[in-house]
Amino acid sequence: MSRVTPCWLGGNAGVVLPWRIVVTVTHAQRRTPKVAKTNSVFKKAVMAVSGIILVLYLIAHMIGNLKAFSGAESFNSYSGWIRTVGNPALPGATALWIIRIVLLVAVVAHIWAAVSLWRQAKRARPQGYVTKKAVAQSYASRTMRWGGVIILAFIVFHILDLTLGTVNAEGFDSEPFDRMLASFQNPVVTIFYAIAVILLGMHLRHGIWSATQTLGQSNRRREKTVSAFAVVLATVLTIGFLLTPFAILFGLID
Amino acid sequence: MTASMQSSVGNPGAEKRGMNLTLRIWRQQGPTAKGKMVTYKITDISPDMSFLEMLDVLNEQLILQGDDPVAFDHDCREGICGMCGVMINGQAHGPQQTTTCQLHMRSFADGDTIDVEPWRATAFPVIKDLAVDRRAFDRIIQAGGYISVPTGTAPDAHATPVPKADSDAAFDAATCIGCGACVAACPNASSMLFTAAKVTHLGLFPQGQPERNDRVVNMVAQQDREGFGGCTNIGECSAACPKGISMETISRLNHDLLGALRAGARPKS
Repeated sequence: MSRVTPCWLGGNAGVVLPWRIVVTVTHAQRRTPKVAKTNSVFKKAVMAVSGIILVLYLIAHMIGNLKAFSGAESFNSYSGWIRTVGNPALPGATALWIIRIVLLVAVVAHIWAAVSLWRQAKRARPQGYVTKKAVAQSYASRTMRWGGVIILAFIVFHILDLTLGTVNAEGFDSEPFDRMLASFQNPVVTIFYAIAVILLGMHLRHGIWSATQTLGQSNRRREKTVSAFAVVLATVLTIGFLLTPFAILFGLID
Repeated sequence: MTASMQSSVGNPGAEKRGMNLTLRIWRQQGPTAKGKMVTYKITDISPDMSFLEMLDVLNEQLILQGDDPVAFDHDCREGICGMCGVMINGQAHGPQQTTTCQLHMRSFADGDTIDVEPWRATAFPVIKDLAVDRRAFDRIIQAGGYISVPTGTAPDAHATPVPKADSDAAFDAATCIGCGACVAACPNASSMLFTAAKVTHLGLFPQGQPERNDRVVNMVAQQDREGFGGCTNIGECSAACPKGISMETISRLNHDLLGALRAGARPKS
């Protein structure tokens, strides 16, 4: 790109400059978009690391959910344990709040990176193709963005429903197990939950592979293993999360 | 083969066996003009013609009719220069994993409708019709796609040993011809596969080590600056690449970039 020395002569007709102004015109048609303030690969790394934190949380969350199969007491006492873990060294629900803050930071970072890369992609191709054929992309990779938005909406509902009890029939002052029963005995809630969990499974299937790539840990030899690992972990988490609500819906847990 | 030879020597009684096609081609007068898809009928196309030869036939007809021929980029016509990329029926370089010049009309069926569009990316503005300005790639190369070596007499062969596996992988990456199919096929219009091919190619050699950190940081900064999208590891690029550059190169670029950032390398502004 050539240097542009702006020509002010037109604007200041009365001023005579003692030196010659050289005007080099750049290619008028090149629209250079706003210089990306942050590196796109760095954003991807933020997305990958925050995603890994969230996946680790999901594994723990799924194991916790499965306690529902060992009865109300076990489930409620587990729920109580999370609030007192680390006591008395850590007072009150300190450990829980540390986890919550880490998760919140991870979620915000994940969304920030996603929105910023989504916008970058929009700017990168304002005019689409009349005909475009997908060759390699999977349904999972195609639904990362809108799937992510739906998962976010679900998480908001999920917290209002089961953590805060705001939208739960049992209300806030109930036992966690009762709130869970009240929710999943309602087929509408269970179906919304199932849709979100299946979307989450697909999100993980592409996300785990993509994170491995982004962190530079994939290569030709590992590619198959990484993909297989992504499929297995995504499937295990999806099934693990679906077991409890459907067991409740069909009356296997009450 | 026989049929097309017969028709080419002009046997008047012979049945025409060439292909009849409907082409829908993106026509755009200039960079700022509004473009649109224009439909053309073309008859008696030999299945042995390359896609570009078919466009040549169309252009001859358009010139005879006094119309403006379709502008498209091409140079070597042997699949090594990377000039001739167009979107054919929604696929970069069409249905075969090769360059447009090496795509033959036998990949299509008689009576087909074929959509032909230019690469679509902010960083690749349309010059006219199917021709786009790919100089953004040149600027990415300028940002770091080189090694600095003293000139002079040729160095002794094997003065710098390179492991065979590295040499092979570097050569695979070096087959990139910079055609832009990766950008065209990518849902994000990302140039990641192109940049990754260069970073891999140079980064695998001892000669590429001194500038390795600065190279990756500056080339990625430049591709962002040019307005390409970010990579989401979907894999459309590699599937469209006429040279089959693998997704592995992208992982290598990411690895190099994160290492370089940790080592304190920052892009030149």
